[in-house]
Amino acid sequence: MTAASGHVLAAAQALLCLAVAPGLIGLIRWLKARMQNRRGSPVWQPYLDLRKLLAKETVVSVNASWLFRLAPYVVFTSTAAVTFLLPVLAVPLPLDPVGDLLVVVYLLLLGTFFLALAGLDPGSAFGGMGASREMTVAALAEPSIAVAMFALALGAGSTNLGEIVARAMARPADAVSPGYLLAFTALFIVTLAETGRLPVDNPATHLELTMIHEAMVLEYSGRYLALIEWAAALKLLVFFTLLANLFVPWGVATTLGPGALLLAAVTYVAKLAVLAAAVAVFETRVAKLRLFRVPELLSVSFVLALLAITASFLSR
Amino acid sequence: MLLFQKMLRVGVVTLPMAAPSPEEAEMLHVAREVQAEARRLFRRTLAIREVDAGSCNGCEIEITGLSGPVYDSEQFGIRFVASPRHADLLLVTGPVTRNMEVPLRRTYEATPAPKLVVAVGDCARTCGVFAGSYAVVGSVDRVVPVDVFVDGCPPEPVQILRGILTAMRGAPRS
Amino acid sequence: MTDLLFAVMVGGYAAGAAAAGVWGQERGGHTASAAGAIVGAIAGLLLGLSGSAGGAAHHWAALDVAAVAGGVVLRLDVLAAFFLVLIGVVAAPAVLYGAGYVAGYAGRYSLRGLGVALNLFLLATSLVPLAGNVMTFLLAWEGMSLASYFLVLTDHEDPETVRAGTWYLGMTQVGLAFLLGAFLFLGAAAPSLDFADLSAAAAELDPAARGLVFVLAVLGFGSKAGLVPLHVWLPRAHPAAPSHVSALMSGVMITLGIYGLLRVGFDVLGGGPAWWGALLIGLGAASALVGVLYALMEDDIKRLLAYSTVENAGLITLGVGAGFLFQALDLPRAAALAVAAALYHALNHAAFKGLLFLGAGSILHATGTRNMNRYGGLIRRMPWTAPCMLLGTVAIAGLPPLNGFMSEWLLFQALLPGVAVASPVVAVLMVLALGVLALTAGLAAAAFAKAFGISFLALPRSDAAAAAHEASVTMRAGMVALAAACVLLAAGALPALAAAGAVASTLVGLAPHPPTFALWLSFQTPAGLARMSPPAVIAGLAVGLGLVWLLVRAVSSRRPVRLAATWGCGRVGQSPRMEYTATAFAEPLRRVFSAIYRPTEDVTVDHHPESRYFVQAIAYRARLLPWFEHYLYEPVLGRVRRWGRRTLLLQSGSIHAYLAYVVGALVLLLGALLVSGAP
Repeated sequence: MTAASGHVLAAAQALLCLAVAPGLIGLIRWLKARMQNRRGSPVWQPYLDLRKLLAKETVVSVNASWLFRLAPYVVFTSTAAVTFLLPVLAVPLPLDPVGDLLVVVYLLLLGTFFLALAGLDPGSAFGGMGASREMTVAALAEPSIAVAMFALALGAGSTNLGEIVARAMARPADAVSPGYLLAFTALFIVTLAETGRLPVDNPATHLELTMIHEAMVLEYSGRYLALIEWAAALKLLVFFTLLANLFVPWGVATTLGPGALLLAAVTYVAKLAVLAAAVAVFETRVAKLRLFRVPELLSVSFVLALLAITASFLSR
Repeated sequence: MLLFQKMLRVGVVTLPMAAPSPEEAEMLHVAREVQAEARRLFRRTLAIREVDAGSCNGCEIEITGLSGPVYDSEQFGIRFVASPRHADLLLVTGPVTRNMEVPLRRTYEATPAPKLVVAVGDCARTCGVFAGSYAVVGSVDRVVPVDVFVDGCPPEPVQILRGILTAMRGAPRS
Repeated sequence: MTDLLFAVMVGGYAAGAAAAGVWGQERGGHTASAAGAIVGAIAGLLLGLSGSAGGAAHHWAALDVAAVAGGVVLRLDVLAAFFLVLIGVVAAPAVLYGAGYVAGYAGRYSLRGLGVALNLFLLATSLVPLAGNVMTFLLAWEGMSLASYFLVLTDHEDPETVRAGTWYLGMTQVGLAFLLGAFLFLGAAAPSLDFADLSAAAAELDPAARGLVFVLAVLGFGSKAGLVPLHVWLPRAHPAAPSHVSALMSGVMITLGIYGLLRVGFDVLGGGPAWWGALLIGLGAASALVGVLYALMEDDIKRLLAYSTVENAGLITLGVGAGFLFQALDLPRAAALAVAAALYHALNHAAFKGLLFLGAGSILHATGTRNMNRYGGLIRRMPWTAPCMLLGTVAIAGLPPLNGFMSEWLLFQALLPGVAVASPVVAVLMVLALGVLALTAGLAAAAFAKAFGISFLALPRSDAAAAAHEASVTMRAGMVALAAACVLLAAGALPALAAAGAVASTLVGLAPHPPTFALWLSFQTPAGLARMSPPAVIAGLAVGLGLVWLLVRAVSSRRPVRLAATWGCGRVGQSPRMEYTATAFAEPLRRVFSAIYRPTEDVTVDHHPESRYFVQAIAYRARLLPWFEHYLYEPVLGRVRRWGRRTLLLQSGSIHAYLAYVVGALVLLLGALLVSGAP
């Protein structure tokens, strides 16, 4: 593909991600409502929420500093920047040389970091609690992400996302190899922890003492809240995209023909829906873990990632 | 697995919008109106922060029913949120007790505009059996401006929905 | 040009020391001393830059004068040049900062001594990488250690400081003893103690002797670099020293330990078997993890930074160790990459740790305490320090788009080829190292979220914090300069890395060109290709931030932002006592890692005399088990003390006994001569 069309593709992919992300949250909510025998809100409800929040007044604590106002922009930008680097529809990625898996992971950590600071800024006890817990979970999830990703990178010989996808497409049978399956499981657990889903954090909780992510954003309103909610949806989408297209790259286009791209878009959305369904079923089935049991879950994930890298090492 | 079997067997229990039985007709009517108004005023999404200003929790049980599977307020885009900063409407119950006077006012101040207040239950208007108690400040509108009172002890979920709707009708456009 | 720069560097420091010595107690002398040091530092920086262009090592023949033990030999090669740059980058801003900072000491302590010691410290530090033989090296090394010892003792009326100084002196002298041992073994077979001769002789040594020399060097240089278990002096000495001195010790001096490892390990010994690398990787990983875990628990901001230095020294050592390992495995390109990553991280660490210590100094200056639980709300009161510290915090937490992330990325990439090595032992070691690296990065982010968040955000937790004021102009200038250095090192990652790559290639014996660092900072690793572009990441984030801001402005409500009280579930008043403290912030991780920390907590609840249901005060105290002091230093020191007491018996105070010793010694000596048959 030419450089120009490649960059158009990267921008289009990023826009697609931005557009799809709230819908993903809506889909999970709708599926969960159905499993609770409810009609539930429509899948597009989060878009309406975002539009309303943008139109509302923004209230800021008198104790908050400029950091509180800067943080939502940093959180959103860092998460949105990730979408330019993701293998969404087609490979090779034009922006592959700009950043790899590590850039993706650390950009997300940048968002977490700023959100934690913003949680501390207004001086509320809940904000500090959320910030402390979020950083704890993020710190403990870090080794599993890194090792699971290196298990993939080891096979592909590169940490660049495009290369990993290309390699996986060249050997489609690998998707069911033990190394891939273990790494997938490890990353799935990390996805739940990093995006504040059950059993680590309950996105629908109203009880401040059990909150992690929600406790940090209790103080946000209006457009800042819109940015943060959108960024949170985007973060979930990023992890889903990694799970979907790195491990099961079937359908990802290798040419820029309209047919191939359409097929890629359809399979991508279908894969997201499958993952959303998996999360919805999982969330319906499990209860929230006590905070101090979460490290155990994450160490399970780390051990799985270690096994994954061992398996990839043995099967090279 | 039993859980999922039960889910399949029970199916969606939310009152149907299409083919109402006579007794559900009113509920349906109100619900449709709420949906339409919510679309107009709050762009089909309404976030509610519930404030118990000293109620006996009878109203709370009914409010919980609102978000349960049968009434499922979520289908109209009505959602209960954890912080008044995220809310569009405050749902206040009970007579305002001395200890809850300042918190209630704080909650109102913390809510970003445009915002509405719906006071639920007889106590919220008249203080009910708690009237005259040394522990009670008075009705909700003595503390924060109330858009709509919902009468009943406790009011049914449908009545609460109608109250929300009336408040949204009377509200200035955002 | 090189000669001139060298002369200006030495002259600047010497003039600075002289000015401080003669007029140190006056304002003018104090300024002149700082000016001399800044001239010296900038000349040193330029000297380093001119030297890193490569070419043959520059040798100042004129200085080969005194014939004692080979005399003074100074030589400028790419490795020395790299470290000269590193010294200059921190030294100039730190001295500038110090010019304002020491005003707080005026009248209490001798500014004369401080000025002289600081200039001599910087001079000796700059001469360490330039030293071309053992004699010069040891002179400069000891000069650096002693001058910094006196700098640590600046606040000598505090008994805590004196104790810290003693720990520091003890550790540094123990380190020196190991170094002397290493050089003695090396020099035994060499014609002279020049590094070039040592290198030639080292090739002839048998493997066991080389291994011994390497282990001694690791112990000696590791004590300076702060590797576990020799790190105990850092969290004591760094907080005690004046903050600009802490910045220099932490950013610069500890990296000279790494310099020593590189010089002796690669340049003199020429690399070694795989276990050398494994040893360093193990030490590095342990230091990184121990450092960050203890940093996380610290409430004292400067101790937190000192522990974080242990962590970063560990990361650098990890890279160096990977370099040794890959060289032993005959993967010179991977080795060059690992060493380049370590060097680049050392440079970055110098910049951001220097910045953070200067910022911590400003806070200390403004509030008079190092306890973060007494800070809070400083972001409003210190509008310059706060953004600088935020920048430093993001950099040290290894977050994009700043320099800390760039070098941590490289460290990850440097370890990755190791996972692909056929040997399972190496692969497992590398996977564990990667896991430690990732965990360290995550924990560092948590530690610095705490450091910045608790210090600068929310309401002030004490009257001192509420009355805090911004630092003086020179102090601000010093911080801004280092903040700019962090940004430049990130944006200019490619040239910086090219320089580090050139040094690394020379060390591992490749042709001295950077290992294919192309436009996108892409390079060939034996396992394949990984690419990342620092300028593009920075530009992307900056442009994105602007775009998002504009878009949100365009589509969101025009209502002005309203200020309201913090939401606290309707509670009546907000006080700083409701805020999370530094201790509370780290509590979940203290519980998660309680097997390591072994915390002992006591909670004292003070009830109201009338009723048990009213609590007046709760005192919470948590102590961590100081492993290294408890299991290593206390037993060893106890034994030393016992032996000392036993030898005291010899010193009875009786002249007859002493005469008897003399006679006895004489008889023994004569007997020995008789037996050996010497003439």
